[in-house]
Amino acid sequence: MKYDIKKLYEAGSLDEAISLLEEHPEAKIIAGGSDILISVRAGELAGCTLVSIYGLDDLRGVTLETDGTIRIGSLTSFSNIARNEIINKYIPYLGEAAGSVGGPQVRNIGTIGGNTCNGVTSADTASTLLALDAILEVKGKDGYRSIPIKDWYIKSKLVDLKPTEVQTSILIPKESYEGYFGNYYKYSMRHAMDIATCGCSVNVKLSADKKTVEDVRIAYGVAGPVPLRATTAEAAVKGRAVDLDMLELFSEKVKDDINPRTSWRASKEFRTHLMTELARRCLTESIRRSGGIFQ
Amino acid sequence: MSDIQYKEITFTVNGKERSVMIDVRSSLLEVLRNKLHLHSVKKGCEVGECGACTVLIDGEPFDSCIYLAVWAEGKDILTVEGLMGADGSISDIQQAFIDEAAVQCGFCTPGLIMTSYSILADGKRYTRDELRQKLAGNMCRCTGYHNIINAVENIMLKRIEEAEVKDS
Amino acid sequence: MSVGKSIKRVDAFDKVTGRAQYTADLCDERALIAKVLPSTIAHGRVKSMDTSEAEKVKGVVKVITCFEVPQVPFPTAGHPWTTDPEHQDIADRLLLNEHVRYYGDEIALVIAEDEISAKQALDKIMVEYEEYPHVLDPLESMKPGAPLIHEEISPNNVLASSSSRVGNYEEAIKEEGLTKVEGWYHLPTVQHAHLEPNVCYAYMEKERVVVVTSTQIPHIVRRVVGQANCLPWGDVRIVKPYIGGGFGNKQDALWEPLCAFASRSVGGRLVMIDTTREETFVNNRVRHSMHAHLTSWLRPDGSLVARKLKLYSDQGAYASHGHSVTAKAMGSVNQIYPCDNFEADSYTVYTNKQVGGAMRAYGMPQATFFTEAHTEDICQKMNLDPLEFRRKNSMPEGYVDDFSKNVNYYDTYNQLMDKAIEMTDYEEKRKLYAQPQTGPVRRGIGMSLFWYNTGVWPISIETSACRMVLNQDGSIQLQLGETEIGQGADTAFSQMAASAVGIPVEDVNIVSTQDTDVTPFGLGAYASRQTYVAGFSINQTGTLLKERILQNAHRYVRMPVELLDLVNGKIVRKSDGKELMSLCDLALNVLYCHEQGNHITAESTYQVKSNAYSFGVSVAEVEIDIPLCKVEILDICNVHDAGNLINPQTAEAQVHGGMSMSIGYGLYEQLLYDEETGRVLNDNLLDYKLSTSMDHPDMKVAFIENTEPTSPFGTRALGEPPACSPAVAIRNAILQATGVPFNTLPITPQRLYEGFAEAGLLESDFETNSRREHYDRTRDELNHKSQETA
Repeated sequence: MKYDIKKLYEAGSLDEAISLLEEHPEAKIIAGGSDILISVRAGELAGCTLVSIYGLDDLRGVTLETDGTIRIGSLTSFSNIARNEIINKYIPYLGEAAGSVGGPQVRNIGTIGGNTCNGVTSADTASTLLALDAILEVKGKDGYRSIPIKDWYIKSKLVDLKPTEVQTSILIPKESYEGYFGNYYKYSMRHAMDIATCGCSVNVKLSADKKTVEDVRIAYGVAGPVPLRATTAEAAVKGRAVDLDMLELFSEKVKDDINPRTSWRASKEFRTHLMTELARRCLTESIRRSGGIFQ
Repeated sequence: MSDIQYKEITFTVNGKERSVMIDVRSSLLEVLRNKLHLHSVKKGCEVGECGACTVLIDGEPFDSCIYLAVWAEGKDILTVEGLMGADGSISDIQQAFIDEAAVQCGFCTPGLIMTSYSILADGKRYTRDELRQKLAGNMCRCTGYHNIINAVENIMLKRIEEAEVKDS
Repeated sequence: MSVGKSIKRVDAFDKVTGRAQYTADLCDERALIAKVLPSTIAHGRVKSMDTSEAEKVKGVVKVITCFEVPQVPFPTAGHPWTTDPEHQDIADRLLLNEHVRYYGDEIALVIAEDEISAKQALDKIMVEYEEYPHVLDPLESMKPGAPLIHEEISPNNVLASSSSRVGNYEEAIKEEGLTKVEGWYHLPTVQHAHLEPNVCYAYMEKERVVVVTSTQIPHIVRRVVGQANCLPWGDVRIVKPYIGGGFGNKQDALWEPLCAFASRSVGGRLVMIDTTREETFVNNRVRHSMHAHLTSWLRPDGSLVARKLKLYSDQGAYASHGHSVTAKAMGSVNQIYPCDNFEADSYTVYTNKQVGGAMRAYGMPQATFFTEAHTEDICQKMNLDPLEFRRKNSMPEGYVDDFSKNVNYYDTYNQLMDKAIEMTDYEEKRKLYAQPQTGPVRRGIGMSLFWYNTGVWPISIETSACRMVLNQDGSIQLQLGETEIGQGADTAFSQMAASAVGIPVEDVNIVSTQDTDVTPFGLGAYASRQTYVAGFSINQTGTLLKERILQNAHRYVRMPVELLDLVNGKIVRKSDGKELMSLCDLALNVLYCHEQGNHITAESTYQVKSNAYSFGVSVAEVEIDIPLCKVEILDICNVHDAGNLINPQTAEAQVHGGMSMSIGYGLYEQLLYDEETGRVLNDNLLDYKLSTSMDHPDMKVAFIENTEPTSPFGTRALGEPPACSPAVAIRNAILQATGVPFNTLPITPQRLYEGFAEAGLLESDFETNSRREHYDRTRDELNHKSQETA
């Protein structure tokens, strides 16, 4: 089986990739191919020019920088994230999200960079990165730019990445994860090989006595055209005691933030119901993982 | 149509170094099936959803349909054909698929065997649910997976037992 | 005797080593590639087509439009043919269709040197349509004024209808004190989703066309290729190698007629049609979607007095298997629960959708669902015990069917239920889960019986031919027109042949490939017929071969034939079992004998004029997370009476596969349509929710082996039956757990949400109270776990 590709350029280095993109502004970047090749086959990108960055091994791997920032190379595969020691030590819920993508084979080829550059709301790692206030680092001919993830998504399938730029890393600052515990729940129709009907990522920081919510962050996939944070719900429970009323309030308040739509995959009403239910469950689980004391 | 772009790639396939001139538009599936005639690699969906074309690349399972063949440069590729010994012997996993009646139409079988091969390579003990999760990228319509999981579990336990006997 | 043993599959080694050759593996890579142009409307006519730009694409060899094919309609169903024109399958299809009847209908064909050129050319064909309104539901399609889909065949879109009348329904319901229970049940369109997409290739030798194809029915396909191409049937040769699953989809002539036409259009050059997964979903066959309305009248003790069924089946755009499927579904209701007063009307209706064909269990997954969901609805309404209802009303021992002459020789249903109860603790759990459940997570257990029969007699002809050829070493070649499609047929045939002849099973070389030029005539894999029907021809031919062997042995051992036997590959004296000569020595000597050299072979055809019931039961136990709208299957069990098993291990494997398919039918699978355009929305394995290894638990299987008296091997249907009853057992378990009857399959989270919302299970007061109670109950547990984490 062959793909209808007009021309394929294989970049040997990041700078070469950028110059190839400058030379061929119509070209698309292909990293792992699990999105791009499918679009080529489906006809949406048939006859396109591709710049492959698959060979840029410098963009793979996870490192802990001296200031505590976790740097995830954009070409790191979902499998490598899911089994990475740094990830599992500090942000295991990102590992959970990466481990919930498709099946083992797709997780071996799919990259976290691709998962954020495709601008898709159901992308499994995107909601957790949003809930972690991640920073996306991209490089173009004029050098690097850093974009907070809240500004990354412009609209469905469109992100703040110029056609001549390459996303190089995803950064999780220390203050984003230190003291936080979280979890990701992927709601889908199958237990594997599926896209999320709704994805919910929550992380929480409790007071020292584990009885009060000091900070909480919640982000959804499929609650809107792009991944989104439920900031009203977050604000409503900050400083509240860990009890049922807080959990109920939290789940009730997410309704002010989310805006899922009806599609043939699920109705708006059902998704809304699920999102409130998952808010409660994911927060409960995050608190449990924090060693929280339920009143 | 523009002129076809060719490239020579050199990689190891089933233990043997190969250099092949390929059309860069080819998937690895295409090259393995049509250039190297490794017909165990099956085309089931062409979009990475069924796992019938699973091969191991540097020991890890990949869907060869959504893997550009040019990326295989320098890689070590293993297909079911590569599991047969020079004397015609087969791997314990293949034998377990036979013994447990884990084979029906056989179309998903080579892919499942390759995924199983990679799962069992580390000699670790997994629960049945963990095995299910690790096999979830390979679809099968005939067996309901029941006997496949039995086959993989049996070999896992057998190997662990053998390793323990060796250690003691 | 090798029958009854779990020998390893004869094809397993080739399949685990990748050596087994499937159609695409055999095709020369230089083959021309043919791709069809699908219509982009669901209903209308192709007014004109401009192919000039497409023809300019480099690599394109030929473009064929719907205006250039023979205007001779042909039937596609994989039924045995009949010479009676009244009973022939409906011929309503052309190779390419100018009258477009579903979104994706094949309207042109590009033949090119490679796939990319073919696809590029398809994009350049300009089509002008005259668009008609489309209709996607059989009930809508039957209404006056609905757009006519085959005006030449039906003035109201009803392809066919039939009725059944037993006793007098109207009189019977006048009895006093009866309770009436009625309900609508809705079944989705689902697809076989075999892992190997449909594929075939064709070329010409001399004046004949050869098609190598992934089919279940090579001899039938030969006939249809002949009919569609206006060729004498003998001018067509079909070759069937290993196939990657069929499940009924490949019990139809699908791409073979068009592929033969394509090759003939380019001078007999090699042309391949290798379909995509999307085409496999859209352009082949599906299981019929059905609407059923069932009304039952019962006495207070739960005995059935009268029943009425109205059944509407969605045929889709072309006739294919048509009403046969619906009629079988209709007929089964009064078999599983024979009722003295039964009135049924069924309709098979054209719509602008995917074509309904054969799919594993041919109408029975639908009928089992509405019959057994209705059983539990009756019991819920009348506060009856469903187990007692089944014991009281299911087909009793000694029942004889008027039409098929099938006999229920044993007290099978009770035996099956007893076994399933034992395996699942059904009765204890049923009682336990009947206690009031108030929390968000609830459990239930449910049951379903199913009814099946074996083969197609007396509706159609049932024959099988078998050839056995003795080799010099005492082994034989075994050939049948009946096909291996993954189910293990070749292994069962080998075992039966070994037993019939009297040789070890290792000495049977089954020729797996069917080639209509050399393979004896056989009808192929459908109706779970093969083990039963081929059993007769194998037994007859084996007996014949053995007689010939013993006659030849007479020359060497100088004893009368009637005192000799062939046992385990040895010529023995019957009286004391003394071994006189090995078959190996005999075969060698006979073949090369100077005086009277003889090649020992046997071939015979057996026409079967009997049928056999095949019954079973499913039990499913589920846990429902109500707020999450999720079902988890905790336990699932099938018990079958398929008569004597030829190979218990492969039989069990068949049951696993059928159960898995039925779990998908119950919870996950459905083809979805865009109402506006009629386009299938989920024509891929991401959106069509085929079960993965994580989507159901281990499955329990058991058998009751009541010998089938009509079969030489005591056996009856098993291939399809496992796909009948698990879905509705799950539905009935959900009913017990939640009190909510789900009458539309699949029971997806979306449907659970709607059902629970309607039943008030998600209302805020109720939910809050239930959650508060749950929170209070689980808080300590949460804190305990939390401390462990900390």
